[in-house]
Amino acid sequence: MGALIVALIGALMIIASIERVGNELVVVLPSADGHVGMVVVERKGERAVLNQAYAASRIVDGSPPQAQQLSIADVRSEFAGALAALPERPKSFLVYFQEGTDELTAESSVEFEKILVELRERAAPDVVVIGHTDRLAADDYNDRLSLQRAQRVGQELTRLGIPPGRIQAAGRGEREPLIPTADGVAEPRNRRVEINVR
Amino acid sequence: MRHIAAAAVLALAVAAPAQANDVGEIKVAKGTVHVERDGKRLPASAGMPIRQSDTLVTGPDGSAGVTFSDNSMLSAGPNSVLVVDHYTFDSTTHAGKFDASLKKGSLAVVSGKIVKQSPGAMRVRTPAAIMGVRGTEFVVQVDEPAK
Repeated sequence: MGALIVALIGALMIIASIERVGNELVVVLPSADGHVGMVVVERKGERAVLNQAYAASRIVDGSPPQAQQLSIADVRSEFAGALAALPERPKSFLVYFQEGTDELTAESSVEFEKILVELRERAAPDVVVIGHTDRLAADDYNDRLSLQRAQRVGQELTRLGIPPGRIQAAGRGEREPLIPTADGVAEPRNRRVEINVR
Repeated sequence: MRHIAAAAVLALAVAAPAQANDVGEIKVAKGTVHVERDGKRLPASAGMPIRQSDTLVTGPDGSAGVTFSDNSMLSAGPNSVLVVDHYTFDSTTHAGKFDASLKKGSLAVVSGKIVKQSPGAMRVRTPAAIMGVRGTEFVVQVDEPAK
């Protein structure tokens, strides 16, 4: 009796472990600038590398990934709902600072007007303000200065009527120079704040 | 004048301060869309923050798009179930990790700063496969298994 129950449970476990998966499809798309990245699809030790525009991989009845080439039209009809729901791409604006300060250059004020226009066109806009420095001082000083610059721009955006809860500030220090330089070099074009409208 | 204009623009967006555990925000919500969080089913709309472990569920008429803090974007078509399994992002260093699962339905993905900093740090799982993302845009579809 006991052995029968054990056998029965064992049989049920085997049945439960038979994987039921639906068919799946993955397709790589070119980005807005035409660049195509890479997706690696893995299934039970099988790997498929997709790195061409509209290269696809299909899994049918739990098969290993099968390579396929789709057309733009296939993708647009098959994925119409998901593609139409992609949020509007984030857009970046740059404002510049005087050396070693959180004071903006005169020209940068003009950029704020463009930012307000961009905000008006979005349904639920939020803003990320990202400060950057040149490579003149020490890293930790630059981390602090870059955040201070971002916060300074955040205050300016608040003054223009954007709720503080919709603004986040970040400091990237000297990690992301627009113009690559050796350490210790002053470069006005790197003393900037990026305003990312999303 | 421009103060008033900006305030009017943002009146739609509820001025809820971003919380530390918010990892993204719903930017697009059409038709029936819910977020399942801590066992509760919350109706979703544009401007709603998204957190790690949230499940986004769209109805037959629904679709939704989320922008994450690193500028990654995910959007789900109708009849979809999408889970944000794991999300971390350091806005100073850009180090982070992003794992999401599409249980069923359709998904469009645009990778962001996490993948730019660390190729492969974003993964999308489906019932049958794992996709490692190396800086790209792609779409995924998962049909429900035949009974």
